[in-house]
Amino acid sequence: MGAKFTPKQTLRVIEKEGLLREVMVMKSRHMRLSQACASYKDGHYELSYSFADDETMDYETLRVNVGLAERVPSIHNFYSCASYYENEMRELFGVKIELIEPDYRNKFYRIKAETPFLPEDAKAEQKKEEAEISLNGADSDLDQEQAARDEKQAEKDAAAKKAADEKKAAAAAEKAAKKGAQ
Amino acid sequence: MDVKAKKRSVVPFGPQHPVLPEPIHLDLVLEDEKVVDVIPSIGFIHRGLEELVNRRDFNQYVYIAERTCGICSFGHGLGYVEAVEKLMNVEVPVRAKYLRTIWGEMGRIHSHLLWAGLMADAFGFENLFYQCWRLREKNLDLVEMTTGGRLIYSVNKVGGVLKDITPDMQKVILNNLSEIEVELKDIYKTFTTDYSVLERTRGVGVLTKEQVHDLGACGPYARASGVERDIRQLGYEAYGDLDFEPVVSTDGDNFARCDVRLREVFQSIDLIRQAIAKMPAETDLSVPVKGNPDGEALVRIEQPRGEAVYYVEGNGTKFLNRFRLRTPTFANIPAMCETMKGCNYADIPLLVVTIDPCISCTER
Amino acid sequence: MANVKRSPWLLHYDASSCNGCDIEVLASLTPVYDAERFGVVNTADPMQADILLVTGGVNAQSAEVVKQLYDQMARPKVVVAVGVCACTGGVFKDCYNINGGVDTVIPVDVYVPGCAARPESIIDGIVKAVAIFQERSDKHDKYVKEHGESARDTSDPDAAARDGNPADFFNALGKKPQEHTDHKEEK
Repeated sequence: MGAKFTPKQTLRVIEKEGLLREVMVMKSRHMRLSQACASYKDGHYELSYSFADDETMDYETLRVNVGLAERVPSIHNFYSCASYYENEMRELFGVKIELIEPDYRNKFYRIKAETPFLPEDAKAEQKKEEAEISLNGADSDLDQEQAARDEKQAEKDAAAKKAADEKKAAAAAEKAAKKGAQ
Repeated sequence: MDVKAKKRSVVPFGPQHPVLPEPIHLDLVLEDEKVVDVIPSIGFIHRGLEELVNRRDFNQYVYIAERTCGICSFGHGLGYVEAVEKLMNVEVPVRAKYLRTIWGEMGRIHSHLLWAGLMADAFGFENLFYQCWRLREKNLDLVEMTTGGRLIYSVNKVGGVLKDITPDMQKVILNNLSEIEVELKDIYKTFTTDYSVLERTRGVGVLTKEQVHDLGACGPYARASGVERDIRQLGYEAYGDLDFEPVVSTDGDNFARCDVRLREVFQSIDLIRQAIAKMPAETDLSVPVKGNPDGEALVRIEQPRGEAVYYVEGNGTKFLNRFRLRTPTFANIPAMCETMKGCNYADIPLLVVTIDPCISCTER
Repeated sequence: MANVKRSPWLLHYDASSCNGCDIEVLASLTPVYDAERFGVVNTADPMQADILLVTGGVNAQSAEVVKQLYDQMARPKVVVAVGVCACTGGVFKDCYNINGGVDTVIPVDVYVPGCAARPESIIDGIVKAVAIFQERSDKHDKYVKEHGESARDTSDPDAAARDGNPADFFNALGKKPQEHTDHKEEK
């Protein structure tokens, strides 16, 4: 009998600019998104996107190396389930992934620690690089879109917070009144 | 058109809920009784055990990997150990491979029976729930006899296994499995022919093959929609020597999922019998492992709930740089949300249970 | 156990455990082990529950849920920590998202060890909890009889603290909630 399949397991390192194109090719080849994960190694992120072929059992991994403050596009337009993996990467590692849908805004696992998978020195390095980027003002259309979304969300959050505060204050006032009556 | 009727409301579901042994939270957007949108939020059990790999050496970590989840604990230990063995080019003795296969299948029987019970509980059939769990205890007796634990087996190590299944034990196993098989036939009959069960399962939560593929679902959940793929066909451990075909159904509804999972229990019983018959009589259960892992390896395992992906990355020290575990429930949640859109509110608990949710795995 | 007159109801919540203990809690209530013969019934409604079984080491998010469930339960109430994670944090104590033990959040009466806790030990824990529950409800009944329905027993610091904020409980007993040790130290 023996194994019924002789699958290939491949790993390909690609450029960040080519990511969306490669993913599109995978989609057209009818591959299934099996997993996506990040890993921190020697001052940069390694992002792996693995695709499985359910006919031949082949397994292909696309590897993208990105810097700590570099922006990565989301692939959820091709694979809607990818957003869960991307939200996870962003919350646990702090990978700057843009335009995820649905965007959990670092509240996917709702953990207390900030990017716990990133060592302390890398966190400092990331902040430094972030600051440099914002100084140079290298805003692309993507950045503007993300900024607009952030602003909208911030407004929404503020409104929600205000409402919650008012409710709390009202409850406190009621309680105080009750106490006074007693 | 009745304008008044279309009122939207958001109903929270979970984290503490009668059908859920584990917490997951869903925000259900309802239009009258119909669910139009679902927003899952997780993180109630997130512990961050992947990060612990940086602070525990790779031999110790086997026991933490096992405790990712109490239901599929053997599978997680196996996946981690296999990935490290692949990294270090270790060839495990053949008997150890067969033993791992047997324990893996025992884990599947226990997991599927547990799920069948919870499913019966979700549609309100208490008697069936208790019957499934009573039957499951027979299988747990076998696990306890061979490994010493009921849920956490702790028999894997890098390079082999720690315990053996002696000929006496094999007799007990074969005997108990026959008993389980006889009783399981009754349970299977109830699940597939009982009127009240069919009312709750037939035609509810249908997923097509295309949807399953696009949403990246896996395991019995995908096989119930006609995806003929079982990762065991890769032939890892001793599966290459055993004769089996993936259990498939094409309906894609709750009924098909019950059907596939229960038939898989029969398949697992058959696989254990085959493995016991073919197991070579060796004395070595493990090989010594020297050195530290370096490089990276990716391994896929068929868990009771579907395909699990283990990725390890070593850096030449005894601590691994990264351990990544993509569990089947994580991949099935997008598909679950898709089935809920357009269904009745009363079917939501059933649709949550039908993916066989293992939240501890999902959130790690 | 001898003077048990009531049939307390169980509420089970999984506060970030590995699921093993949860399955064993359910297993101890189903046919082979059958804890229901001690008069306990599994319920999912905190308002009707008397005994709270908590498994797992409690993380940032589930801490709030555990507190809320505890507050929603009617007085008198008993808490059982099932499994070594619920007792101390267990193998996950060093994880970044684990508080380490249920007693960091709410007062615990019975600790059940084991990883995963065996049904026998869970049943033992439940039996102990039933006895404690009986003792507390006797005390409660006596007090209500003397002082009326709406009165609250403030003379007993233990009972008073159990009613309100869990932090007061620790203050009343002069104890501090267990501190979460910084996991980075070990590295």
